[in-house]
Amino acid sequence: MLLELKNIYKTYIQGSMEIPVLKDINLSIDEGEYVAIMGPSGSGKSTLMNIIGCIDKPTEGTYLLDGYEIEKCKDRELSAIRNKEIGFVFQNFNLLPRQSALDNVGLPMQYAKAGKKERRERSLKMLEMVDLADRVNFKPTQLSGGQKQRVAIARAMVNQPKILLADEPTGALDTKSGEQVMQIFDELHQNGVTIIMITHSPEIASCAKRVIRIIDGELYEGTDAPKKHVASEQETPAEDTREEKEASEEEQTSEDSEA
Amino acid sequence: MLENIRLSFQGIWSHKLRSLLTMLGIIIGIAAIIAIVSTIKGTSQQIKENLVGSGNSNVEIKLMQGEWPYASGNDTRPSYVPVVDENIKAEILAVDEVTGVASYRIGSMYDGINCGDIGLEGVSLIGADPDYLSLAGYTLTAGRLFTDRDYDRYMKFAILDATAASTVTTGESPIGKTIEIKGDPYVVIGVVEQTDTFTPKITSIEDWETYYGDSAGGRIFVPDVDWPMIFGFDEPYNIIVKPRSTDDMTKAGKKTADILNDHFTNTNSENQGENGYKYRSQDLLEKAKQMQEVSESTSRQLIWIASISLIVGGIGVMNIMLVSVTERTREIGLKKALGARKSVILGQFLTEAAVLTSIGGLIGVSGGVGLAYLISNVAGMPVAISGAAIAISVAFSTVIGIVFGFIPSLKAANLSPIDALRYE
Ligand SMILES: Nc1ncnc2c1ncn2[C@@H]1O[C@H](COP(=O)(O)OP(=O)(O)O)[C@@H](O)[C@H]1O
Ligand SMILES: [Mg+2]
Repeated sequence: MLLELKNIYKTYIQGSMEIPVLKDINLSIDEGEYVAIMGPSGSGKSTLMNIIGCIDKPTEGTYLLDGYEIEKCKDRELSAIRNKEIGFVFQNFNLLPRQSALDNVGLPMQYAKAGKKERRERSLKMLEMVDLADRVNFKPTQLSGGQKQRVAIARAMVNQPKILLADEPTGALDTKSGEQVMQIFDELHQNGVTIIMITHSPEIASCAKRVIRIIDGELYEGTDAPKKHVASEQETPAEDTREEKEASEEEQTSEDSEA
Repeated sequence: MLENIRLSFQGIWSHKLRSLLTMLGIIIGIAAIIAIVSTIKGTSQQIKENLVGSGNSNVEIKLMQGEWPYASGNDTRPSYVPVVDENIKAEILAVDEVTGVASYRIGSMYDGINCGDIGLEGVSLIGADPDYLSLAGYTLTAGRLFTDRDYDRYMKFAILDATAASTVTTGESPIGKTIEIKGDPYVVIGVVEQTDTFTPKITSIEDWETYYGDSAGGRIFVPDVDWPMIFGFDEPYNIIVKPRSTDDMTKAGKKTADILNDHFTNTNSENQGENGYKYRSQDLLEKAKQMQEVSESTSRQLIWIASISLIVGGIGVMNIMLVSVTERTREIGLKKALGARKSVILGQFLTEAAVLTSIGGLIGVSGGVGLAYLISNVAGMPVAISGAAIAISVAFSTVIGIVFGFIPSLKAANLSPIDALRYE
C-alpha cells in the first residue's frame, strides 16, 4: 500500500456557513497503479488531489503516505515529501515565466540541494524524455501549450518521485498535445510510477487502469456511481472542458504578462 | 545563494523604474552621509596637514589669566609665578614626551619700535632664551645668532625675522642698522627665517587667527635678559616645548603646564578661580580640534537628517517588497508545492531586498562622492573620501534591506501552498 486515506473530511467555513467539500473519503492506492479521478466540476476532485499531494490538509481523517503519517508531519518534513515523493502537474502548467525550460525543470532538484552539474544533467535527460531536447533554453512564453505541459511533467519527475499527481493535465490542450501527454504518462506507468490523474474526458480516463468518481464530495469506485450522475457527466463534458480551457488560457496570459 | 542573487538582479532589472524609485530614499540618504563625512574628513585632514605636516609640532605653554593670555606690558610678574630658571627647564626636559624646552617673553608693540623714520607697527617683540630660536625652527639667513657672551653681557642686540627685516630695509641688508626699542638703541645682528614654514590653506577668518594671529607684523628677537631694561619691570615667561612626536603634543603640553603650576609659590585663592593665573598649553592641534568640533556638531545634525531619509527609504523598500510578495503569491505557492522550504522562500525574498538596497547604497555612494567634489568646487571646502565610510554605508544599506525586508519575506515564507496556488 503506497497511500491510504481514511475517513477524510474537508469542510470550508464561509461566514457562518459550513461548506462540506469532501465527505468521509476512504481510498487506498498501491504502488504502480494508474488511477483516473472523474466527476463533475466543483465536486471536490482538486481538493482531494491537493490533500494527496500534501499541499492542503484535511479537516478530519488520517492519511498515510509511504509510511508517513501526514497529519503529524512538520512543515519541514512536508516540504521534503512534496519534493521527493510527489510530482505535481497542473492544468495551467505553472511554469516560472522568466526562467528557461531547463531551469524550470531543475527547480525541485535545487530544493533537494543537488549540485549544479547533476541538476543540469538530469534536467537535460528529463527534457529528452519528454522530447524537448531542442527547447532547452526556451522561456515558457516561447513554448506552445503542449510543450509547456511536457516541461511541467519533466519538472514533476526530475526528483524521481513515486507518485505523479496530475490535475486535468490535458484540460488546456488540443487533442494532439493531449495525446502526447497521455503517451508520456503511459511510459511513466510502465516504468512503475504511480499516477493519479483528474480528467473530464472518458477517453483519457480509459488510459487508466482504475477509475474513481467524486460526486458531491463522495467517492465512488468504478461504475459504482449513481446512474444519473454518470449520465449527466457524459452529457456535458465537451462544454465543460471548453469552458475550463478558456479560463485557463486567460490565467496563463495574465501570468505571463507579469513577467 | 549566488542563484538567489542572480535572480534578484533579474527581478530588479525587470522592474527598472519601480526599483529605482524604491531605492531613492536609500540613495539620497547614503549620498548625503558620504558627502557630509567627506567634507568633515577633508577639513580635519587639512587642519592636520597644516599643523603636523609642516613639522611645526611645538607646543606653547602660556601664562593665562582666566580665559585670556597674560597681558604683557602693564603689570609686573605676580610674585608667586615662578621665574623659569635652568632647574625648572631641566625638570621639564625630564618629561618623557618632551625633547626640547625653551622660554621666551612676548609683547605686541603697536608703537615704541622704530628704525630711523620707519615705525615698526604691530610687530611682536620676543625676549628669547639661548635655546629659543633653534627650537622654534628659525634658521639664520644673514648675520649671526646670539652668543652666550651676548647674554652674559646683556648686549642690546636684535635679530629680525624676514617680515620685520623687509619693513626695516628694502633691498639692502639690515645688519648693523640700529633699531630703537622704547628709546633704547639695539643693533641688528642677524636675520632669521622659520625653516619649517608652512603655508596653511586659509578658508576662514578663524584659520587666519590660528596660524597668523600673532605674527602679522613680523618678529623682533632680543636676548630675554634685556627684557627688564626695556619694560622696566620683570615679566613672566612663556614656555615652548618640542614633543617627542606629533601624537605627544597634547601630553607634552599638559605635563609641562603641570610642572610650572606646581612651582607657584602661592597656591591659595590668588591663583585660583576665574581670574587666577595659570600656565596652560596652547596646543595648536587642540585649538584646531575645538574649531572642528563646531563644524562637526552641525554635520552630525545633518547626518541625523540623512538617517531619517534612510529609514523612510527602508519603509519604502518594505512597502514594495510587500507588493512584490503579493504579486508573486502564485509563484511562491508553486515553489512550495515543488518542495521549497520556508527558509528557501525567506532567503529568496531577503536576498532580493538586500540586493535592492545594496544597489541603492552603491548608487548613493557614487552620488555622494560626486556631491562631495561638487561642494569642493563650488564652496571651496576641502573634501577627502573615506574608504571606511563607503564600506560602512554599503554594509549599512544591505542591513536596511534585510531589516525592512524581513516582515514581507516572513509573510511570503508563511503562505500556505494551497492558498498561494489558488490566489488570483
Ligand atoms: N478556499 C476555499 N474556500 C471555500 N470554498 C472552496 C475553497 N476551495 C474550494 N472550494 C470549494 O470546494 C469545492 C470543490 O472544489 P474543487 O476541489 O476545486 O472542485 P473540482 O476540482 O472537482 O472542480 C467547490 O465548490 C469550491 O467552491
Ligand atoms: Mg479542479
